[in-house]
Amino acid sequence: MLSKGLKRKLEEEEEKEALEVDAWWLDPGHPAVTQAPPTVASSSLFDLSVLKLHHSLRQSEPDLRHLVLVVNTLRRIQASMAPTVTLPPVPSPPVVPSVSDNLLASSDTALSASMASLLEDLSQIEGLSQAPQPLADEGPPGRPTGGAPSSLGGLDLLGPATGCLLDDGLEGLFEDIDTSMYDSELWVPTSEGLKPGPENGPGKEGAPELDEAELDYLMDVLVGTQALERPPEPGR
Amino acid sequence: MRWHQAVPQLSHPWVSLQSKNAPHSQGEYDVYSTFQSHEPEFDYLKSLEIEEKINKIKWLPQQNAAHSLLSTNDKTIKLWKVTERDKRPEGYNLKDEEGKLKDLSTVTSLQVPVLKPMDLMVEVSPRRIFANGHTYHINSISVNSDCETYMSADDLRINLWHLAVTDRSFNIVDIKPANMEDLTEVITASEFHPHHCNLFVYSSSKGSLRLCDMRAAALCDKHSKLFEEPEDPSSRSFFSEIISSVSDVKFSHSGRYMLTRDYLTVKVWDLNMEARPIETYQVHDYLRSKLCSLYENDCIFDKFECAWNGSDSVIMTGAYNNFFRMFDRNSKRDVTLEASRESSKPRAVLKPRRVCVGSKRRRDDISVDSLDFTKKILHTAWHPAENIIAIAATNNLYIFQDKVNSDMH
Repeated sequence: MLSKGLKRKLEEEEEKEALEVDAWWLDPGHPAVTQAPPTVASSSLFDLSVLKLHHSLRQSEPDLRHLVLVVNTLRRIQASMAPTVTLPPVPSPPVVPSVSDNLLASSDTALSASMASLLEDLSQIEGLSQAPQPLADEGPPGRPTGGAPSSLGGLDLLGPATGCLLDDGLEGLFEDIDTSMYDSELWVPTSEGLKPGPENGPGKEGAPELDEAELDYLMDVLVGTQALERPPEPGR
Repeated sequence: MRWHQAVPQLSHPWVSLQSKNAPHSQGEYDVYSTFQSHEPEFDYLKSLEIEEKINKIKWLPQQNAAHSLLSTNDKTIKLWKVTERDKRPEGYNLKDEEGKLKDLSTVTSLQVPVLKPMDLMVEVSPRRIFANGHTYHINSISVNSDCETYMSADDLRINLWHLAVTDRSFNIVDIKPANMEDLTEVITASEFHPHHCNLFVYSSSKGSLRLCDMRAAALCDKHSKLFEEPEDPSSRSFFSEIISSVSDVKFSHSGRYMLTRDYLTVKVWDLNMEARPIETYQVHDYLRSKLCSLYENDCIFDKFECAWNGSDSVIMTGAYNNFFRMFDRNSKRDVTLEASRESSKPRAVLKPRRVCVGSKRRRDDISVDSLDFTKKILHTAWHPAENIIAIAATNNLYIFQDKVNSDMH
């Protein structure tokens, strides 16, 4: 692909590496293909695509065309890297390996191993997309922000959560709220003040997910006030 | 044809209409009217801001002295009416010049009010607002030849509207899968046939075109014709799909052909042949070896428009570095021109440009590596009857005219 004798400037070496990615996966019989170190070539394109996917999903309203094209390209790359690998979903938190990890792999064996783990993560990501996932970066501290993109499954959220009356399923927003917690006498309503939900109402995005600190606080409150009469419910 | 440059004017999120300010000053253009079409909005349900950025503008066929146009942002379409006033009545009997009622005792004779010329006043008023029809981002609007309906397309759906009805639209195409995880293709552009009001076409991110007949069914999910070119195995790469994504589709004025633009080419399709296009023109094939870099900087996702001239003999599209390209279908000759202040003076003839890829380089050639990818010509338009073109280059709008042949050839 670089056969036309173009002058390459020093500062364009990075671009040259990226270009060689293109060359690497094309017909290796092409006379002008420069043999780049395989690990840099293959994984950088994969990583780039995953980064683009993450970036796209993080938008509040993803550009569907961009998203679909990136996902399809990622699938092509994935398929060409390890076409025969089939992996069972592994229930560990998905973490996209950094580029430096891939750069360290210097042999084909190491390449396959790192590719396998990446594929594993990607299939894990796609498997997780069934479960409700917050699309926004915010989340309980400690969870890697980029760690749980929900691929296209998260796009389900675009459907029901809209003012568009043409789209049915507004009821779907409210279907999976467990209201039994509100029926219980012991439940302290101040929990609503602890974690103010987003403007777009309850539903998959706003399902109250109290972390341990908040639960502890609640327990203290419950234990402390149980001896007294039931406190008035604020905000109701 | 020799193209002359008119004075460039500014264009921004406002809809700006241009016209000559004096008939004798050739090639001098002034702003005709400016108005704010859309304002930023906030979708409270999704906590999202909807940008006021306009995606498409379409003129309606003129039916009286006024002009009408449709403009759309991501979610809302608006119908605007543009009227001119260049005369005003003077000499009322009961009102004075300021419009105040006269004291009747001072009126001693009757006069007939006359129309006197005044400075041109352009009035633009919103006539309809078509809202809440789309969940996803609107990418095209197209007015039907019946002049009563129009369609709007977003990534997954196409709606049919009546120009007089704003609270209702009919969904005519829906490609949203039951499970969004199965989504692999989106709608990228759509257009009504220029003569047959029941026919329309829409393009996809996979490079296919679907011609639909609204008489066949209420929901046109089944196409009447599917136009798709099989992938060339020798040029297959990871980016094959991205570069095959059609960014614009336009019927020829004759209605016999369609023009499509994908990342590297423009193609002419014959409605009678679904298997492949009848003509393919390379817009900037020198970018084929740079697809990875263009993927990295997202330029590979740029959406270029394309246009026919009035006689369907020449097609035009934009490129990078403020270049735009014209292809003569009959002579098979093509030209690259540049839209920029530096390279053109008023009434100057545009000089053809050349991009060189190898070591052989002529004096004014631009090398591929020097192309400025931030200067993109995404929007181009050709006057339906005359050899006048409009080229949008970032913040500037250029209007060029062919002085040698002002009529179509």
